[in-house]
Amino acid sequence: MKYIDEYRDSGLAKEIVEKIYSEVKNYNSEIKIMEVCGTHTMAIGKFGIRRILPENIKLLSGPGCPVCVTPQSYIDKAIAFSQIENVKIATFGDMFKVPGSYSSLEKEKSTGKDVEIVYSPMDALNIAKENKDKKVIFLAIGFETTSPAVAMTLKNAYQENVKNFFIFSGHKLIPPAMEALLKGKVEINGFICPGHVSTIIGSEPYEFIPENYGIPCVITGFELLDILYAIYLIVRNICRKEKPGVEIEYRRSVKREGNLKAKMVMEEVFEVYDSKWRGLGIIPLSGLKLREKFWEYDAERVFDVKVNETKENENCICGEILKGLKTPKDCKLYRKVCNPENPVGPCMVSSEGACAAYYKYEE
Amino acid sequence: MKNKKILLAYGSGGKLMHQLIEDLFLKNFNNEIIEKLDDSASLPSLSEKFDICFTTDSYTVDPVFFPGGDIGKLSVCGTINDLSVCGAKPLFISCSFIIEEGFDFEDLEKIVDSMRKVSETTGVKIVTGDTKVVEKGKADKIFINTSGIGIKDKNLKLGKEYIEVGDKVIISGTIGDHEISIISKRLNFETEIESDCAPLNKLISEIIKEGEIKFMRDPTRGGIATTLNEIVKEQNFGILIERRKIPVREEVKSICEILGIDPLYLANEGKVLIVCKNKDSEKILRKMKENEYGKNAQIIGEIVEEPKGKVLLETEIGSKIVIDMLSGGQYPRIC
Repeated sequence: MKYIDEYRDSGLAKEIVEKIYSEVKNYNSEIKIMEVCGTHTMAIGKFGIRRILPENIKLLSGPGCPVCVTPQSYIDKAIAFSQIENVKIATFGDMFKVPGSYSSLEKEKSTGKDVEIVYSPMDALNIAKENKDKKVIFLAIGFETTSPAVAMTLKNAYQENVKNFFIFSGHKLIPPAMEALLKGKVEINGFICPGHVSTIIGSEPYEFIPENYGIPCVITGFELLDILYAIYLIVRNICRKEKPGVEIEYRRSVKREGNLKAKMVMEEVFEVYDSKWRGLGIIPLSGLKLREKFWEYDAERVFDVKVNETKENENCICGEILKGLKTPKDCKLYRKVCNPENPVGPCMVSSEGACAAYYKYEE
Repeated sequence: MKNKKILLAYGSGGKLMHQLIEDLFLKNFNNEIIEKLDDSASLPSLSEKFDICFTTDSYTVDPVFFPGGDIGKLSVCGTINDLSVCGAKPLFISCSFIIEEGFDFEDLEKIVDSMRKVSETTGVKIVTGDTKVVEKGKADKIFINTSGIGIKDKNLKLGKEYIEVGDKVIISGTIGDHEISIISKRLNFETEIESDCAPLNKLISEIIKEGEIKFMRDPTRGGIATTLNEIVKEQNFGILIERRKIPVREEVKSICEILGIDPLYLANEGKVLIVCKNKDSEKILRKMKENEYGKNAQIIGEIVEEPKGKVLLETEIGSKIVIDMLSGGQYPRIC
């Protein structure tokens, strides 16, 4: 990865900011732009973008942090899996600290349960191959960026006939969640669409948004100029009352049709189903589960566990934050009780969560 | 010594342990003090003009060997640096090894050789030590503790109490190299980044004569963000730094972007953060740049009146954000 400094050029950044100001000069209403992806939320904080925008441009953080949208029942079930003898849980680091109803994976590990942090699904498969006496369950969460890698890993496991590797799928799809938000109470005037997810799925799956809801979308990268330019394109579209569409600012990575190979392998391994999201409830056709060919790898089908009723902290407003209805500052627990050392909800645990981003950068 | 293994008996206090001490440690660290093999080292008498500085640190890095260094080099440099940033001239170091049964003898030799090299180039003597071998699985390969003693000129005025608004903040070079070299090794990333692990006693002794330095600290775990916060904590001033001025290698930036981590929070093992008087800052910077460990030094910010007790960072677009201490761990992102 090169040219980072070029995408952080102060002079160019200031020019784009000036252009944004001149576009909104005669526009009196509020413009609410949602960045769907957690990596964008973090970058916006890191560059201090919120603070330099005109007052009537509001940036809302969306449901694009995979750990945050994973429902508590998933965490509870993962913890239940960890209690089974000879089971080793392999998980991304972000999931490790998320509190479930009664415990967290981190706490379970400290009492001797076998939980290991991995950086990729392939690492988890390798652990399974090296530990034949263990049943390795990989906590497969993430959006379209992560699911192709999990699908590839499963294909490898299938071809190599690995019998002690399983996944617990919590995979979710971004476009259905965006539609659910548009059907809900949130007022959104423009979307900054995720760069990595779109590298896989392309721009086509967002086209219903301008067509059916009249809202402009811009797919962008994660550097300063990427984000500012995306904001400029959205603002210009709105202020000049142009026909909304899906624009790709992130051309160095995203094509309209996406990554066909990745889409094929996802299609081969997974099928879509109605899936539960934290805060958003059940969203039609928004989750991925394993196709029948791969059922022997499906932890939920292989291991029978009893999970107690989910108990969420009533004061935690992660759900509303994920919908863009509230900001972390509206939460009673934020900073007082809930902080990165002692997170109450997932939005404070994940490095991409809105609460963690606010805690770190938006004081 | 290929294929020879460390056995439990090497830590038993018996013949094998004495062999280990005499054939490996003494051979490498030999001097008139350690050769007595007393339980504690008797140090030469010290002058009335100096304060004695004493420090200790344990090293448990995994992987033990990483690009740019190993646990041995780290353990000697770390203690030298802890003394140096207090304004002391490091003189003597102790080392304690906790070794896991089955550890490769050859690797131990390499580690000890690294320690010897740092000791020789810095003139800081390793004067006493201890060895324990624990059963396999009871420790992770090897742990090293080092303690160090140094002397400090009684007239040297170093401390937060001397810091004033307008003072400059200098970093001695690129940040994050150490932690990124370790992460890359763990994740099998192909990079050329080497740990910055280095002894800073010479660099510091050179610049301390060059101008009025008020405070120094080595930004190790938690990175410069954490160290800067330690400086302003409960003080009557704040710090303002500019991101554009902070030296970060292109490759470090790239890996940070891939993993979703911030270089401000990455550990360094051969860097010093300095607060110095504004009028001396350019002179000190020039002097630092003459030293191989300070050639990428930069003035990155200054002491400001407000907000008190906080570290502000000016971003590329002139926006100011608060930089907190590292909270929790920096886990690589997953999406």
